[in-house]
Amino acid sequence: MIRRTALAASIALTALSLPVFAQDSGTLKKIKDSGTATMGVRESSGGLSFTIGDGKFVGFHVELCQRALADVQKQLGLAKLDIKYQPVTSQNRIPLMQNGTVDIECGSTTNNAGRQKDVSFAVTTFVEEVRIAVKANSGITSIGQLNGKNVATTTGTTSVQHLRKHERGTGVNFNEVFGKDHADSFLLLESGRADAFVMDGQILAGNIAKSKNPADFKIVGEVLSVEPIAIMVRKDDPAFKKAVDNSLAAMMKSGEMAKIYDKWFMQPIPPTNTRIGLPASEATKAAWANPNDKPMEDYAKK
Amino acid sequence: MSSWDWQVFCKETTSGDVAPSCFGSGGDITYLDWLLSAWGWTLSVSVLALLVALLLGSLMGILRTTPHRGLVLLGNAWTELFRNIPLLVQIFLWYHVVPALIPPLRDVPSFVLVVMGLGLFTSARISEQVRAGIQSLAGGQRMAGLAMGFTLPQTYRHVLLPMAYRIIIPPLTSESMNIIKNSSVAFAVSISELTLFALQAQEETSRGVEVYLAVSGLYFISAFAINRAALFIENRVRVPGMIGGGGH
Repeated sequence: MIRRTALAASIALTALSLPVFAQDSGTLKKIKDSGTATMGVRESSGGLSFTIGDGKFVGFHVELCQRALADVQKQLGLAKLDIKYQPVTSQNRIPLMQNGTVDIECGSTTNNAGRQKDVSFAVTTFVEEVRIAVKANSGITSIGQLNGKNVATTTGTTSVQHLRKHERGTGVNFNEVFGKDHADSFLLLESGRADAFVMDGQILAGNIAKSKNPADFKIVGEVLSVEPIAIMVRKDDPAFKKAVDNSLAAMMKSGEMAKIYDKWFMQPIPPTNTRIGLPASEATKAAWANPNDKPMEDYAKK
Repeated sequence: MSSWDWQVFCKETTSGDVAPSCFGSGGDITYLDWLLSAWGWTLSVSVLALLVALLLGSLMGILRTTPHRGLVLLGNAWTELFRNIPLLVQIFLWYHVVPALIPPLRDVPSFVLVVMGLGLFTSARISEQVRAGIQSLAGGQRMAGLAMGFTLPQTYRHVLLPMAYRIIIPPLTSESMNIIKNSSVAFAVSISELTLFALQAQEETSRGVEVYLAVSGLYFISAFAINRAALFIENRVRVPGMIGGGGH
């Protein structure tokens, strides 16, 4: 009996001291003690996160993370914060976050309920719409016209599932062709092996912008799915998530977020100085107006 | 990572609902159905590529040991061409580059292209082993065959090859097992085999550990089955007194 009271007391005590305690544990403590933070980045995720060679990583999400980490540095009162960049893939990003290799992942990760079991997400900073890219002269304008056609998509992305759902829902029957990465999938469309490429809008726009003749391709048809893309942080680390969220929310409020978006999606970007040319969607603007970390499933309900 | 969730294989691939029998019905497929079909693709690619490789590899290996300079040159060129270019690059050449140069090839299914690509790559390695097997025989064997009045093809058929093949069964076994593992490059040209299944299923289900364990297990079983089959053949065709014959 005594032991049980003691246990209850200690739980209550822990709960009471948690807000104070949390400040000095988890990722914030790790960053404070080591003076370094490791950012998970992508080699090639459209304008969100990509490499310009030489181990340098840039993009919309990378810049947001740099600013958020600068705010964290201020909050911790660190004189110097060393940011390390660790390239991740869609296969290893969640395990690397869980085992502590990366502290904050700034790529193109969809916030969905399945992943929320393993990791947490900062407030949504970009809402992706899955679209269809076709050759401009193909005459295809909607998904209904894809019956019997070859449709390319990239292995290891959620677009395949949307495609499959849509296929069953509408009775449209097409052949799936898988590229091993986005560049490869685009090559399938370019070489005529596929009639359409279904993927995140910004990736399509980026690939079209980089192609030999951007005018040969266009993005058409209905939006197949809407996915909130967010910066990923460790699960059960509310203090760090709060620090990142506050920093992002401040940028959304001040209009800084829209400026950074413009820089990466509307202006020419390195390494080739091409424009992606994808204005912020209504869904993205809505996410900035009301910062939230709702998973993809909540978007589908609307 | 401590909790396993093997139920993931019973899930339906579109809705994510768990199917009661673990197999889909009425056009729906579960991840288990998909895994088995992916295994089928892996085995089809591997077995057909192995046939191509054994046929062409043997032919080229034999050519390289004939007394005709032209044939030796052909065999050497073939072997060096296909073994000096990385496998993945070869697959891309077959898939993207060759059809751009020869338009009719555009209509060839990617399955055929990958069987040819993997088969030709492996044929270069088998050609090297066949050549080594034939050259390991004492030179007198060939002369004895010819002195008996056999033509050159007859000498190969009845004297040289029966011995050479027995000698090279162990490296051929390794090569056959390699082809199963190398068939994973087929994912790059959209063949829905085990590696593509692993990449896709782990992304959709977020259960990477279970998916990769299952896929690794199937690769192991496939390669090990080849190993056992080769051992069986090796024992059946063993000639007492020959290298590796173990007889007295």
